[in-house]
Amino acid sequence: MIKAILIFNNHGKPRLIRFYQYFAEDMQQQIIRETFHLVSKRDDNVCNFLEGGSLIGGSDYKLIYRHYATLYFVFCVDSSESELGILDLIQVFVETLDKCFENVCELDLIFHMDKVHYILQEVVMGGMVLETNMNEIVGQVELQNRMEKSEGGLSAAPARAVSAVKNMNLPEIPRNINIGDINIKVPSLSPF
Amino acid sequence: CFYFRLTLSNNTSLFLQQAKYISTCIDEIKQELKQDNIAVKANAVCKLTYLQMLGYDVSWAAFNIVEVMSSSKFTYKRIGYLAASQCFHEGTDVIMLTTNQIRKDLSSPNQYDTGVALTGLSCFVTPDLARDLANDIMTLMSHTKPYIRKKAVLIMYKVFLKYPESLRPAFPRLKEKLEDPDPGVQSAAVNVICELARRNPKNYLSLAPLFFKLMTSSTNNWVLIKIIKLFGALTPLEPRLGKKLIEPLTNLIHSTSAMSLLYECVNTVIAVLISLSSGMPNHSASIQLCVQKLRILIEDSDQNLKYLGLLAMSKILKTHPKSVQSHKDLILQCLDDKDESIRLRALDLLYGMVSKKNLMEIVKKLMLHVDKAEGTTYRDELLTKIIDICSQSNYQYITNFEWYISILVELTRLEGTRHGHLIASQMLDVAIRVKAIRGFAVAQMATLLDNAHLLTGNTQRNGICEVLYAAAWICGEFSEHLEDPMQTLEAMLRPKVATLPGHIQAVYVQNAAKLFATVLQKHEGETDSQVAQETSQLLIERLPLFVQSANLEVQERASCIIQLVKYIQKLQQKNVEVADEVTALFAGELNPVAPKAQKKVPIPEGLDLDAWINEPPSESESEDEKPKSKAVFAKEEPKHSRRHTEVDEKELARRREVRKQEQANNPFYIKASPSSQKVFDAPGVEHIPVVQIDLSVPLKVPGMPMSDQYVKLEEERRQKDKADKKKKDKKKKREKRGKGRKADSGPESEEDITPAQQVDIVTEEMPENALPSDDDDKDPNDPHKALDIDLDKPLADSEKLPVRTHRPEVLKSPAEDRENESIPQESKKKSSKEKKEKKKDKEKDRKRSKEEKKKKKKHKEVEEELMESQPEEAVQSEDTKEMAVPPTSAEASDLDFWLSSAPVPPAAQVRSLTLSPPPLLIPLSVCRVVNERLFCISPSGLSRFLTSLCLFSLLFTGLAHFCLFAYACFS
Repeated sequence: MIKAILIFNNHGKPRLIRFYQYFAEDMQQQIIRETFHLVSKRDDNVCNFLEGGSLIGGSDYKLIYRHYATLYFVFCVDSSESELGILDLIQVFVETLDKCFENVCELDLIFHMDKVHYILQEVVMGGMVLETNMNEIVGQVELQNRMEKSEGGLSAAPARAVSAVKNMNLPEIPRNINIGDINIKVPSLSPF
Repeated sequence: CFYFRLTLSNNTSLFLQQAKYISTCIDEIKQELKQDNIAVKANAVCKLTYLQMLGYDVSWAAFNIVEVMSSSKFTYKRIGYLAASQCFHEGTDVIMLTTNQIRKDLSSPNQYDTGVALTGLSCFVTPDLARDLANDIMTLMSHTKPYIRKKAVLIMYKVFLKYPESLRPAFPRLKEKLEDPDPGVQSAAVNVICELARRNPKNYLSLAPLFFKLMTSSTNNWVLIKIIKLFGALTPLEPRLGKKLIEPLTNLIHSTSAMSLLYECVNTVIAVLISLSSGMPNHSASIQLCVQKLRILIEDSDQNLKYLGLLAMSKILKTHPKSVQSHKDLILQCLDDKDESIRLRALDLLYGMVSKKNLMEIVKKLMLHVDKAEGTTYRDELLTKIIDICSQSNYQYITNFEWYISILVELTRLEGTRHGHLIASQMLDVAIRVKAIRGFAVAQMATLLDNAHLLTGNTQRNGICEVLYAAAWICGEFSEHLEDPMQTLEAMLRPKVATLPGHIQAVYVQNAAKLFATVLQKHEGETDSQVAQETSQLLIERLPLFVQSANLEVQERASCIIQLVKYIQKLQQKNVEVADEVTALFAGELNPVAPKAQKKVPIPEGLDLDAWINEPPSESESEDEKPKSKAVFAKEEPKHSRRHTEVDEKELARRREVRKQEQANNPFYIKASPSSQKVFDAPGVEHIPVVQIDLSVPLKVPGMPMSDQYVKLEEERRQKDKADKKKKDKKKKREKRGKGRKADSGPESEEDITPAQQVDIVTEEMPENALPSDDDDKDPNDPHKALDIDLDKPLADSEKLPVRTHRPEVLKSPAEDRENESIPQESKKKSSKEKKEKKKDKEKDRKRSKEEKKKKKKHKEVEEELMESQPEEAVQSEDTKEMAVPPTSAEASDLDFWLSSAPVPPAAQVRSLTLSPPPLLIPLSVCRVVNERLFCISPSGLSRFLTSLCLFSLLFTGLAHFCLFAYACFS
């Protein structure tokens, strides 16, 4: 069983969290912080398995992670999962993201968190691996997106307009974003 | 753009600003949720999902989420289900509103509506939802679309967990899915069954043939890995299965290119080998193959493979240490790895690789690492490992305790370690339990005390000063071995001692008194009483410092002893001989007591431990007296002594007789050696089991301890021993020839190495009627055990409850279980059905003696009725369709048939072996108890124990003296 899937950036900011066992929100944040603390101090050329993470699981659980550019993908699994298998799965997941977003980067995860969730749902369901074939995953995701489009999608809704109107008090929204910048400038604020 | 603004606010470095911004966002979301437009609502819910990720509790919007979930548009429904899956849980009350919506979605013609509902449900399914929807999900398992089928199959696991009763009715269909044409569905079914079987393997043994077929036919590595892992869990229950598995697994190991698969195969082969470990000589090839493959993994440049290789290696180590030991070089090499996880794994392996022969070498290598280690955590880990390695199995591998003591002393030079306490307890343990080493240990400890300033560089948060505690105690207790007790006494009373933690000071003071007694003893005979008087003077000068101590225990002990010394000084001036009487205060040997011994002492009849000895002091009395009496004298102690004095001699003698009788009959008791000297007659104290290992002539090595030097000396000694033996024993000549000293893996027999010291390891004391093996850890009320049962729940026959689709009868035995299979069931007429069933059961019982064939026929009929069959129900191997086999006892018939290709012991025998713990286990657990806490008395406990012992000896041996002493105090 997979107990949790956490994606956070190099500063520990969560970008996607998916717990397959209930934890209250503050506990979730604590787990993210602890996991980040454990993972971030490791070099890139050491092994990808980590034991201990006192908050989640216990001795039966392992953290299996991969580090891609600015993001850490961490899977917390128990002993019924194959370690190398999960590493492959992370790779499959990231490659799928890459296919769906075309050169995925951290910003894609920020702006399309929901879509990332939908993709993840095609890979892992309720803590168990659902599908490992990338073509199958991408196919299902695309079919669902097509369906959404045929319904008009969320973008056609007036929702965006509503929030845009209420947006007045903010300083102007930059039109073109330098992708690299945002990641670097994000200060390591303590998450709230 | 909502997300975008959040990111922007991250950029603004002010945390407050961000919090403020989010609170306005939440207000905005609340406004949006109030609108009727579902699109606006969905958008708001989507934002909430994002905020939830950031740690905000969004449960207040649960109802709105349900609203969005029930939208007819897929776009919004998906958002709703996503939000629900992120923040709903069993405590969410609106969940019960969703039941009908989810049911509707599950039966939606649109497969993605169904898919989204299933995915969402998998995250927030509750027992109620599981009960209400189990049937719908079960129907979905045979949906036409594989996309739905695989999701439905997977979610069944969650349903089983929440609603165990559904397992039986759903299982036949789940089993069917193992052979689904779609690989995704197949893999999902394997996944679920593996997950179920992991918790309760024995109920799934009957599926072994089917899985075996899958394993040999499937090409999907995911499925293969799962199946192979499952077999790893099954083999311990059925060794015959293991035999059958070895061949295909070996083939897989040879053929596969996927490392993950290879690794799992190796792992399962190891599990098989462990289950077969007894009497299977022809499997050495498999072990060799595993070890060889693991070696390849460990040598790989990929750190992950290296890590896993070491992990699997440690599993082999438990049963086949020999085959791992030949790769010692590789493992030692891993100790130098830059990756800490790998170093830790390698350390674990070292634990099992030591032998008498290579212990010194390995520890030497570890000591080098200790010096090099950069982080304190890793260094501390090394330290504990060194101690673990050396002390394992009751110091089995240590041939030279002088060497060990010097290693411990060297370890004290580590700065900032947290494990001073551990080193201290090892020193105490070795000094107490290995009598031959006491002289050496005392000399070393005296040096330590003399150089105490080196250890206590900064007293604050310096764990290493704990070592002084042990040093002081050893020097005091075994002071007869001290060469210059006077000097040690001086070292123990230096003013700097007052900066040590209180409990250490207390031990210092107490042991100073012991040293004082020794000095008196030594010098009494001499005509010149100068030295003795000087000693008294020294104590009288130095002790007042401790009398002023803030620590109550130090204060009390110091003032007690200072009065004693003053009195003795007076006597000395009158030339009275006091040495014998002072020594009597500390007479008697302290022996190690098993950690749980105190708990096992039965409370004597009529003794009320909670009763007051004296009436409690009235409220008006000063406060500070209470803690004092509590801290220094454990309440029970005076009580026991009082009790003991009441028992007359006859009674004592009788009891002792009875106890001896009991001990003689107790196989776990090692007989007390007659040589151990006893002083007090308190029951239970005089039985000190001593293991005498008389092996060779002691070797005395004087001087400062440098462990390296011992390694050399030890080698010389061993060589000499060998030479001696060679002369004496010509038979062994052949074995010894051609064995270079450096050949580590050489099969030199362990017996050739004789310990340098005469080692008598004193075992720990236990009250006579307590077995060391009845471990408190196996407490039946252990919450973990309760959890275990809970996990097993889905399958426990006795816990079956009436369900609509399911027979309500509670099953009693596997045999009955088998019979019940053939009873048709209906969901509605429960009571009548029950009756019917009972009747049928009886009938069946009568027919039980019928032949297998008839039964099987019946089972075949049953197969057609889907709802009623059993989870354990037999496997249907493709080719033998009619061989439907009932569970457990009857299951054996099929499994036996399947397994019978290999000659095997009868199943019953195997089972009984696995069920009843082999007798060997008990001594092993004794070793564990010993290993876990080598020195039984905790530091604070020790001081208390010593105090009370002091009191004891005062009571029993020097009662008259005590009166004198008291008289002197008052006068």
